[in-house]
Amino acid sequence: MSVVFVLVFAAIIMAGAFLIAFIWSVKNGQYEDTYTPSVRMLFEDPEVKIEEETEKGKMETDKP
Amino acid sequence: MSEDLKCIHCGNSCGKSPVIFEGNPFCCSGCSTVYQILHASQLKQYYQIEPMAGIKIDEMQLPASETYSFLDLDQFKSKILNFSEGGISKVSFFIPEIHCASCIWLLENLHSLNKGIIQSFVNFPKKEINITFNENEISLRQLVDLLVSIHYIPEINQHSIDKKSADQSDKKLFIKIGIAAFSFMNAMIYHFPQYLPGHEFLEADMKKLFGWLSVLLAIPVLTYSASDYFLTAYKSLKKKMISIDLPIALGLITLFTQSLVEILSGKGIGYIDSLTGLVFFMLIGRWYQGKTYQALSFERDYKTYFPLAVTKITDSGNVTIPLEDLKSGDQILVRNQEIVPADSILKSATASIDYSFVTGESMPVTKKAGDFVFAGGRQIGNAIELTIEKEVQQSYLTQLWNQVENPLTAENKLNTIVNRVSQYFTVVIVLIAIGSGLFWYFNKPELALFAFTSVLIIACPCALALTVPFTFGSTMRQYGRKGFYLKNTAVIEHLYKVDTVVFDKTGTITNAQSTDIRFVGKELTSEQLLIIKSLAFHSSHPLSKTIFNSIEADEILEVKDFQEIPSLGISGLLNGIRINMGSRYFVTGEMSTEENLKTEVWIYFKDAVAGHFQLENEYRPGLRDLIRKLQKTHELHLLTGDNDAEKANLIQFFGNDKSLHFNQSPTDKLNYIRKLQQEGRKVLMIGDGLNDAGALNESNVGIVIADNVFNFSPACDAILQSKQFGQLDKFIQFTHRSMTIVKAGFLISFLYNVVGLSFAVQGNLTPIVAAILMPISSVSVVAFASFSIHLSAKGYRF
Repeated sequence: MSVVFVLVFAAIIMAGAFLIAFIWSVKNGQYEDTYTPSVRMLFEDPEVKIEEETEKGKMETDKP
Repeated sequence: MSEDLKCIHCGNSCGKSPVIFEGNPFCCSGCSTVYQILHASQLKQYYQIEPMAGIKIDEMQLPASETYSFLDLDQFKSKILNFSEGGISKVSFFIPEIHCASCIWLLENLHSLNKGIIQSFVNFPKKEINITFNENEISLRQLVDLLVSIHYIPEINQHSIDKKSADQSDKKLFIKIGIAAFSFMNAMIYHFPQYLPGHEFLEADMKKLFGWLSVLLAIPVLTYSASDYFLTAYKSLKKKMISIDLPIALGLITLFTQSLVEILSGKGIGYIDSLTGLVFFMLIGRWYQGKTYQALSFERDYKTYFPLAVTKITDSGNVTIPLEDLKSGDQILVRNQEIVPADSILKSATASIDYSFVTGESMPVTKKAGDFVFAGGRQIGNAIELTIEKEVQQSYLTQLWNQVENPLTAENKLNTIVNRVSQYFTVVIVLIAIGSGLFWYFNKPELALFAFTSVLIIACPCALALTVPFTFGSTMRQYGRKGFYLKNTAVIEHLYKVDTVVFDKTGTITNAQSTDIRFVGKELTSEQLLIIKSLAFHSSHPLSKTIFNSIEADEILEVKDFQEIPSLGISGLLNGIRINMGSRYFVTGEMSTEENLKTEVWIYFKDAVAGHFQLENEYRPGLRDLIRKLQKTHELHLLTGDNDAEKANLIQFFGNDKSLHFNQSPTDKLNYIRKLQQEGRKVLMIGDGLNDAGALNESNVGIVIADNVFNFSPACDAILQSKQFGQLDKFIQFTHRSMTIVKAGFLISFLYNVVGLSFAVQGNLTPIVAAILMPISSVSVVAFASFSIHLSAKGYRF
C-alpha cells in the first residue's frame, strides 16, 4: 500500500500547481474582464494584415 | 429622396436633406466627418461588424477644442496617467458610449489612426479603454482629442483619478475561494475512505497521514479564507451585538479544535472536509451577492461632475488652473458644453445655461449680464466670462452635498432580517449546547464535551447565511435584466420596508426628452408653419429643434439673411417675409413677467407678434397607472422646484393636493425627507438631478431615473431606466416575494438544524453525518432560493 503515499503526494503537488496557476491568473487580471475576449476573438482580419495589404495596394481584393 | 433613409453611421433617420459622402447618406455632418476619418485610415470594417453602430453627437454638443488644454499641464497629466516612463505612457479612460462589438474593434485599432498609439485594450463590462502610447508622437491631449473626433468622448474628472485603487477586493475574494476549494476537494478525498464500509482495515499510518494533511489544508482556510468571519464576529462582539458571523465563527473554531483533538488522539480524522466545505460555500455566496454593475456608478458626487480644471482670465492672458485653486473674485472663461464650477455672476452679455443635470429641466435657461449663475449648469453656445462669487466648496450645490451625512448605515446593518434572526438563533444554540452538555455530564460524563461541541458544529448557520445572498443576489440579477440596477443587495430589504414614496417632478415624472407643444395666439396657417419650420431648421438650439420636429411639412424653404443672436433668438427672410423667433424680450421687447414659468418661444411674423409656442414636458407614459397602484400600498408625495402652474394637472394624477409641494429648494427637499423619517416613515425618493442629491442620499432608498444609465447620475441606491418607469410598482412588489422566499429558506435551514441537532444532542454526530448533512443543507437552500426567484420573476412579467 505504500504506493498510495506516493500517489497522495503526487496528487497534492499537482492540485497545488493548479492552485498556484489559479492564483497567478487572478493576480494577472484574467478575471477582470470576462466578456471582451469573447468578442475580440471573432474579429476577422488582424489589423496587421490590413496594413500589409494596403501597402501592397491590394485592398480591393478584400471582401466587399 | 425616400423618407426612411438611414444614416449609415448612426442609423438615425436622415430627414429630408441628408449629407451625402461617397454615395453614403448621413444624417448630419458630424457623422459624415467620423466616417471620413475612419475611411481614410482603412477602418471601414467598423461599419461591417455592427451596422449603423456609430455614435451621433451634434456639433453643438462636441466639447470646444480648448476644453482639454489642461491635459498639457504636468500636474494633471501625472494624475491621469497610470504609468509613464521614457516617453511610453499608459492611461485608462471611462467611455460611457462603448456599446457594441464595433466599438471594441475600433477602439482596439486606434493605432491605425495614429502611429503614436502602441496598443489599446477595451474592457467592455467596465466601458473602459486602456491605451499605451508614445508621448513623443502623440500627447495626452491629442489622444483625448482623437477619441473625441471619432465621438468616443472619455470622462475625465475627479472620479476617474480617485477610482484607480478600488478593484483589489474582488481579486482577494477569488483567491480566498480558490484556496477554500482546493482544501475542500483534497480534504474530501482524504476523508472519503472513512465513510466506506471496511474503513477499519485502513492502515494506521495512512489514517495519520490523512489526518495531518487535512489539518494542514484547514489552516490556510481558517486563517485566510475565513478570516473575514472571525473579524466581523469579533467587531460585533466588541460593540455588544450579535451578527450572523458570530455563530459561524463559533462553529468553525469548534470544528477545527474537535478535529484536531480527534487526530491528535488517533481516534479519527475529524470534520475537516465539512469545515472547508462550509467556508467554500459561504464564500461562493458572498461572491454571488457581491456582483456589481461595473460600468455603473452609484457613488458620484459633485466632484465627478465638475471639471478638473478651469480657465482663469488674467491680465497676462488665459491660464488653466486646478478647480481647487479657484478663488472668489476670479474671472473665468466657460466654453460651449463646459460646466459652471462655482456660483458666479455673468459678465458676458448673455448666456444659455442648461441645468438638466441639476433640475431635470431640459430647456436651457437664458441669463443676462449681471445675473447670478448657480454652479452646475452647462453653457450652450459661445464661450462666456464669469466672475466667481463663492468658492467651489461654498457653492450652493456643493454645500447641499456636504451637509448630508449618511446616518442610516450603521443602524440599518443591525436591523437586517438575517441579523435579527441570528440574534435569537445564537442564543438558542448556545443554550441547547450547554443544556445537552450538562445533561450528559450527569449521565455519561465522557460524552458531555462531545455533545456540547457537536451542537455548535452542526448548528453552524451556513444554510442560514446562504439564504439571503442567493435570494437577493438572484433578485438583483432579475432586476438588472429589466433595467433596474441596484447598488447592492441590501437595497432590496430597504425597498421592502418602504411605506412612503416621494417623487420629484421635472425629469422624473415628466419626460425630459419629449415635449408637449402648444401654440398660443391666432391659429397659424400651413404656410406660416412651413416658414417657421424652415427657419428653425437653420438653428441648432434645442428649442428650434423641438419646434422643427413638431411641425409636419414636406419641404424646407430657402432662408435669406439668417441671423442667430445667441441666447435671444433667430431671424430670417423667407418668401420675402421677415420673421423673428425667440425669447419674449427678443420678439416683443417686453421682459417676461413671471420668472421660471413655462418655456415660451415667441414669433414675430411680417409686421406683428403672431403669438408664442408653449413648451411643456410631457408626463411619462404609465404615470397614471403607477400612481394609482402605488397609492394603495404607499403614501405618495411630490416635491418640485417649480411653481404651482401644473397644480391642476398633478391633482388629476395624485387625487388631491395635500402632498404636493411646490417651490421646493434642494434643501427643502432634504428637510422634507428628514421630517417624514422623524415621523417614523421609511421613505423612497425618486429623483433625477443634482438638486435631488441631498434628498436621495437622506432617504432610505434613493432611486434615480435615467434615460442612459451610464451617463452621469447623482449618488443613489438604484438606477432605473426611464422606459421602465411604469413598472416601478412591480419592482417594489417583487421585494415582498423575495422576502417570502428568504423566510422559506430560513425555515428549510431550521429543519436541517433540527435533524442535525437531534443527532448532536444524543452525542451521535459522526463525521459522516456532518459530511452529508452540511453540504446538503447548503446546496438545497441555494437551489431553492435561486430557482424560486427565477420562477417568480418569470410569472411576474415586469
